[in-house]
This record gives sequence, structure tokens and C-alpha cells, in this order.
Amino acid sequence: MCLAVPMKVMELKADGTGVCELENIRYDVDISLIENVQLEDFLIVHAGFAIEKLDVAEANQRLQLFKELAETYSDGQLD
Amino acid sequence: MKYIDGFRNHLAAKAITKDIHELASKLSEKNIEARIMEVCGSHTMSIARYGIRQILPKNVRLISGPGCPVCVTDAAYIDAAIILAEERAVHIATFGDMLKVPGSSRTLADARGAGGNIHVCYSPLDAVKLAKENPLEQFVFLGIGFETTVPPVISIIKKAKAEKLTNISILTAFKLVPPALEALAQDKDVAVNAFLLPAHVSAIIGAEAYTDFVKRHNISSVIAGFEPLDILLGIKGLLQQLVQGKVELVNQYTRVVKNQGNRVALNLMDTYLKPSDASWRGIGTIPQSGLILRDEYADYDASKKYNVSTQGGTPDKRCRCGDVLRGIIFPDECPLFNKECTPLFPIGPCMVSSEGSCAAYYKYSR
Ligand code: SF4
Repeated sequence: MCLAVPMKVMELKADGTGVCELENIRYDVDISLIENVQLEDFLIVHAGFAIEKLDVAEANQRLQLFKELAETYSDGQLD
Repeated sequence: MKYIDGFRNHLAAKAITKDIHELASKLSEKNIEARIMEVCGSHTMSIARYGIRQILPKNVRLISGPGCPVCVTDAAYIDAAIILAEERAVHIATFGDMLKVPGSSRTLADARGAGGNIHVCYSPLDAVKLAKENPLEQFVFLGIGFETTVPPVISIIKKAKAEKLTNISILTAFKLVPPALEALAQDKDVAVNAFLLPAHVSAIIGAEAYTDFVKRHNISSVIAGFEPLDILLGIKGLLQQLVQGKVELVNQYTRVVKNQGNRVALNLMDTYLKPSDASWRGIGTIPQSGLILRDEYADYDASKKYNVSTQGGTPDKRCRCGDVLRGIIFPDECPLFNKECTPLFPIGPCMVSSEGSCAAYYKYSR
């Protein structure tokens, strides 16, 4: 029920809504709960509404950590 | 998409699992069992889907909590929605999960089969659109959900006002997570020593919303996202705390959850809603754990507009969802599990939503 996925903002419309993309599919998204939405931001979308912005710097930092973990693991032992 | 797939990397998962096993053996030297409650249904589903329970050491137990809004919806609420559809000739608009939830004797799917106008919506705004296109008909949106879903649902009022629609209202059964945590922590039958806190509820209310709770109850807590690596890191973080005998609130989901939450959403909730006691199916009434519309918005309050009660109701007494949701039994310990009760013919609400503990067990863990 609380599932929400990151989608990329592709278009900001005059009526205050946005068009976001996930895996090449575009969705109309209500962005009224988020301040200062910019094109190419990633928004966390739930039930047609963006509920928060994805902090890309934080996400990338985490991904880097996972990349390192994966490398150490595969260096250290056979899968 | 890297912001999804990157959080599912299986080698990184193995590396974190290895750490989890090391931490768990330190715990077992101290004779400690980690009893971690994942409060949120989306965590429950992810844990089942990625087989996380199966890769954990024996002394690390994951216990599902009451965080599936569909599962904690009272039978009386379903009865009220059926009365609206059948006796008041109102159109019901709802998230699809609600259709199969058993009321006292029937479901909304039964009411739809009998000719009731019941519309499944992906977004609450779909209901506004329906109301606008059918000005001579009355629409009621079933307002269930936790803090994540509340702002989208009450946006209906803002939209309806802007469009001058008077034919749409909300039947509220909103629930709040922190008061439920409080009730769980006070419940002597619920023996957990760590909480994996919800991802998107926390996005709305903010990490700080739990600070007092963690201090007061002295219970290790980590906010985690719903992807498998988020969950594994969350579990690892909780085990570290248990090994070190530390208690703190850690936000592992910093890419989405801010300390103060989403101010715009919180203000919107405060404008339209006020706290009230709420009844959780199988658990009972938890003080101040719900949100109802403020008196100024009575026109949008379906229970007032149509004078229906969402109290009472007689669910099937044999269903043990209440014990499942408090982590007292596992779903397969319910005598009806996978016998009379299956996702196709659910007896209790925990078997209905894909996020219900019984349904997640049925699908992935049998
Ligand atoms: S298996 Fe069915 S009857 Fe038993 S607790 Fe779960 S939902 Fe209720």
C-alpha cells in the first residue's frame, strides 16, 4: 500500500502537474505536495502523487557503497 | 533504472548477509535472539518476495506488524461502504485491494456483483474525474491508508473545491503509525527488541517523529527503504545495535526521508484533518491513532453526509489476524491458513492485500 517508486520528471505542465517516466512509460503525476520541482528531478510517486524528492547525491553514495561491497565480495570468494 | 536495480544487486546482498551472520553469532554467544518487527506491509511483501527470511540466521526473527492499511480496516467500515453502494445508491471509488476485504457477511466485490457501482482507482484523482464527468451521481472515495496515502486522498477536497464539485466525499478510516508503535511497545504479548520502521510513512512524517518513542521505550529502530538491500542494511544496523547494547534511531533511507518530513503534506493534513481514536481490525481501539475530517469539512465527510456508522461489525471470529498483526503467531499457525483461507477465498483481511502477512506467506513462503 505504501509502495512508491522513483520516477524522472520529463515535463512540467502549466496546470501544475508533471509527466514522469519509469522504464520508458510516462505517467501524469500530481506534484502539488513537492516544492521546487525541476525537470529531470526524481520523484517518489505513490497513488498518482509525488510524495517526496529523491536525493540523488544520497542515492549515489549508497550505490557506490553497494558497488564496493559487491566487488569485495566477488574478489574474496566464488559466487 | 539504476535507482531501483542498484538496490537489488545480489553480490552486495551476499556481502551484507555475511555481516548479518557474523553479528548474529555474536548475539548467540550472548544468548540474545533478535526479534525485529517490520511494521510496514510493504516491507513484509518485499521480505517475502526476495526470500529474506530464509537467508537469515536462526536467531534473527522477522515479525510482521500491523502496517497493512487494508488488513486493519474494520468489518464495520466495509459494511458501511456496502450500505452506501446498495441502499444510498452512491458510487464507491476505491483502491482495488479493498474489494475482497470481508465485511460482516459480504465484500465490496459481492456488492459489485449484485449491481453496486464500485470503481477501482489507481489515484484518488481518478475519483474526482469520475465525479466531474457524472455530475448527477454521488461519489464516495474510500479513504483508507497510513500517512503515505492520506495526503493524496485528501487532495480530493482541494480539487473538488477548485472544480466546485459537490458530489464527492470521503469515508475516512485513516490510520497513524506512531500511535500504533506506542500500542505495540506497551503490549506485553508483543515481544520484540527492534523495529524496522516504514519507508514512505517516514517520508511524510520525518525521522524526528520517532525520536521520543525510541528514547521512551528504549528500543533499537532503523528507518529502511523497501528494496532488498535497504532491508538487509536495516537488519544489519539493528543487529549492530543489539550486539553493542546500544539504542538509537537510525535513518538508513536518507535518499528519501528527511528529518522533518514533507512539510507541504503535513500542512495539508493539518488543514483538513484532526486526530481521533481509531479501531484497528483484530487489535482494537488505539487512542488518537486515526484522522478524521475537521467539522468545517463535514460536506466532504461521507459518514456525516449519509449518516452511516463505521463502528461495530462482526468479523469472522476464527480469523487470527489480530494475533498475526501483533507478531504473536506466524500466519501458518492460524488453523484456517491455506485451508479455508486462501487469497482466492480469504476469511480475514490479512489474506487479501498482497501486503497482508498471510497473503505474503501464502505466496512466497509455503
Ligand atoms: S490465515 Fe486467514 S483466517 Fe487465518 S489469520 Fe490469516 S487472514 Fe485470518
